[in-house]
Amino acid sequence: METVTNQLVSIEKPEIVAPPDWQPVIIGILCNWCSYAGSDLTGTSRLQYPPNIRIIRVPCSSRVDTWFLIKSLQTTADGVLVSGCHPGDCHYISGNYFARRRFLVTKKLLNFVGFHENRIQFSWVSAAEGPKFAKVVSKVTEDIKKLGPLHLYKKENFEK
Amino acid sequence: MARVGVFVCFCGANIADYVDVPQVVEEAKRIREVKFAIDYKYMCSDPGQQQIRDAIAQHRLTSIVVAACSPRMHEKTFRKALSDAGMNPYLLEVANIREHSSWVHQKDKKAATEKASDLVRMAVAKSIANEQLHEISVPVTKRALVIGGGIAGIQAALDIADARIPVVLVEKSPSIGGKMAQLDETFPTLDCAQCILTPKMVDVASHPYIELIPYSEVLELQGFVGNYKVKIKKKASYVNFKTCTGCGACWQKCPVKVDNEYNMGIDKRKAIYTPFPQAVPNKPVIDAEHCTMLTKGKCGICAKVCEKGSIDYQMQDEIIEREIGAVVVATGYDMWDPKPYEEYGVGRFKDIITSLEFERMVSANGPTNGLPLRPSDGKVPKNVVFIKCVGSRDEAKGISYCSKICCMYTTKHTILLHHKVHDSHAYVFYMDIRAAGKGYEEFVEKAQVDTGTTYLRGRVSKIYKKGDKLMVRGEDAQIGQVVEVEADLVVLATAVSAPKDNPDLARLLGISYDKYGYLSEAHPKLRPVETAKAGIFLAGCTQAPKDIPETVSQASACAAKVCGLFAGDTMKKDPMISTVNTEYCSGCQNCVKVCPYGAIVTDEVPFGHGSKELRTVAKINEGVCQGCGSCVAICRSTAINLAGFTDPQIINEIVSI
Ligand SMILES: Cc1cc2nc3c(=O)[nH]c(=O)nc-3n(C[C@H](O)[C@H](O)[C@H](O)COP(=O)(O)OP(=O)(O)OC[C@H]3O[C@@H](n4cnc5c(N)ncnc54)[C@H](O)[C@@H]3O)c2cc1C
Ligand code: SF4
Ligand code: SF4
Repeated sequence: METVTNQLVSIEKPEIVAPPDWQPVIIGILCNWCSYAGSDLTGTSRLQYPPNIRIIRVPCSSRVDTWFLIKSLQTTADGVLVSGCHPGDCHYISGNYFARRRFLVTKKLLNFVGFHENRIQFSWVSAAEGPKFAKVVSKVTEDIKKLGPLHLYKKENFEK
Repeated sequence: MARVGVFVCFCGANIADYVDVPQVVEEAKRIREVKFAIDYKYMCSDPGQQQIRDAIAQHRLTSIVVAACSPRMHEKTFRKALSDAGMNPYLLEVANIREHSSWVHQKDKKAATEKASDLVRMAVAKSIANEQLHEISVPVTKRALVIGGGIAGIQAALDIADARIPVVLVEKSPSIGGKMAQLDETFPTLDCAQCILTPKMVDVASHPYIELIPYSEVLELQGFVGNYKVKIKKKASYVNFKTCTGCGACWQKCPVKVDNEYNMGIDKRKAIYTPFPQAVPNKPVIDAEHCTMLTKGKCGICAKVCEKGSIDYQMQDEIIEREIGAVVVATGYDMWDPKPYEEYGVGRFKDIITSLEFERMVSANGPTNGLPLRPSDGKVPKNVVFIKCVGSRDEAKGISYCSKICCMYTTKHTILLHHKVHDSHAYVFYMDIRAAGKGYEEFVEKAQVDTGTTYLRGRVSKIYKKGDKLMVRGEDAQIGQVVEVEADLVVLATAVSAPKDNPDLARLLGISYDKYGYLSEAHPKLRPVETAKAGIFLAGCTQAPKDIPETVSQASACAAKVCGLFAGDTMKKDPMISTVNTEYCSGCQNCVKVCPYGAIVTDEVPFGHGSKELRTVAKINEGVCQGCGSCVAICRSTAINLAGFTDPQIINEIVSI
């Protein structure tokens, strides 16, 4: 387990040890036009990647509210990946630039309150980059596995 | 309470081989809100859809989840199935268990099944927060604006007008025609450009559905697809077109001589002029920069000789406003300036000219009576060297792209030279000969045989002067040697470049352009004539260099798009757009700044019930909003929501994993 950069608050307690069969849950929030299409291409190309990611589709990475990232880490996810179109390729002209700026601030904020900075990650994946998507997911999964579980609330809410 | 139906697809073996489908159904049934869950071999088939339709009625379902392939694949299909069963189509959610699970976790069925169940649970949770949405219909103004009157703009305007849709054609210069009006004969058939172009120009002027506004520019575009308002600046021509007969008395007598743009500065025109004899409209304008009456108040000859009294030195620029529904941008191209090629002696040696200058010289209506002449001494050249890719495919000096037309027109130029000067000899320095196109390769081969042109493969490294000749030194890569050719005249096939004002125009229209200044299409393959902004289309070289056949095809494609847009009295629009809850809006206007489409404006509402005091709030124009969600995430008051991707919907997905 890596050390936390900011020690003011430490949710990432080093004493939390992952059980042997533990698998992280990662939420992937992908823009419809580039990254979601790219992830579809990974599928049609039958490229394999770790099964930990759960994908949520949004129109544009600029739709991703800071709230979503906090809520994810707070409730179900051990890590979040946000992915959008490459700079300059945004389907909505400039949305991904706003997303990038907001994301950097969010990352700092989460880091400040004690989350390791690798818990949330950002990538650019185009609709043509099936192999890149598989690589990004593998890398993020590796990173989160190293960080260990976040051990907060879990599911239940929606089950009988 | 919500009653959700879940339909899990086998997709033949595509899903079933790697995901335990019955297990996914069992998991789904454990969710409190799920009242019905079933699997089927092919959900998208008609019997598959029938199961959905039946279940909706039998189980009084309130939303539907289909777990199958990507929503990008069949979302529309399943939405239609819901519609057919009388349910609002937007109550559907698709769980992508094929592209996102069975196909990417083929070695771990247990994990793939677990993931598929999670994806279904997320979709169920989202669907519970789905709302009924209805397609938006927006009224359409059936009038098109075409910007640029080259062959692209002319063709687009004629095609649209022939469908009885009014067109406003705005041309910057005094006449329509563009670069094609400057060409002599055209590849690959060598028919004369004027003969095929001028009838079309005349058609534009006389077409009852075309309003031609020459000598003008677009100042402002407001609104959204189907409902734009355009402001056009009509520059003062100082000639009353209503009374002018185009007799020409004025320009014959005008004493001021100016470089003639139409003939690439090879000869002179007057300060009052029509750009060329076949100009449309065939009325003169006064060039305010050079007319001494306008600059110094001295002269006034044209007013004296005009029998109709059409000259008006007091004329002012005029602002014209029109309501339009669609725009075709056809602003063409500029010729790239070869100045950076210092080693060629560009600017120092008079007998180096550009391809368009050569084109003007060999033109029957050109400044030299159709003969290529050396600018230095006016003699007819015998040895002519053509250099291709000047600026093109040369990242260091010019631009990295291929200008696409130079291979073909240089071939054409060797033929024209051969026709005009029988005892001449042409040399062509080239990198490649790109002759893809119907009849193009044949054209090049025949020309090589007929003209006996010497082709030398390689870049020219230097041009220097020897007596009254130019020595062209370059490499002949085929023999691996440096060669020198003695030339009387050198013709540079300079690159095609984007019009200088394109970036300004793009900003004004709200569309994007690439690093060279070419306007960007929405998709390089599947939407090559649309821009990312609905209702704005691109034709001709303003999008990328192309020849006349391709330009005309793209222009006609634009016309088809415009006609399609105007086919009904209203337009249907996806309802997944944002709306502001004014109760929550604090009026900070952060959203106004982030909207890439300028869809958000401000509005005034009363402070409270019956209050006379007003406060500012944001208001989203549903016609303009494209549903990106930028504004939703930026709003600190959570006053905005994006239909189909609301906060509750996404949060439900997050918390239900
Ligand atoms: C030397 C040479 C030879 C060629 N020979 C051939 C040939 O033989 N066969 C062939 O197929 N092709 C040939 N071409 C290519 C041909 O010229 C182009 O394919 C064609 O002209 C493209 O038409 P266009 O309408 O897109 O652009 P243009 O002809 O450039 O027309 C653009 C028009 O828009 C106007 N405009 C620009 N900006 C604005 C603005 N902001 N507002 C309003 N109006 C504006 C311009 O004044 C102009 O009238 C040749 C090109 C060259 C350079
Ligand atoms: S960002 Fe929100 S609060 Fe600010 S003006 Fe827009 S809707 Fe109103
Ligand atoms: S969703 Fe996007 S396009 Fe629509 S108003 Fe908001 S920022 Fe503008």
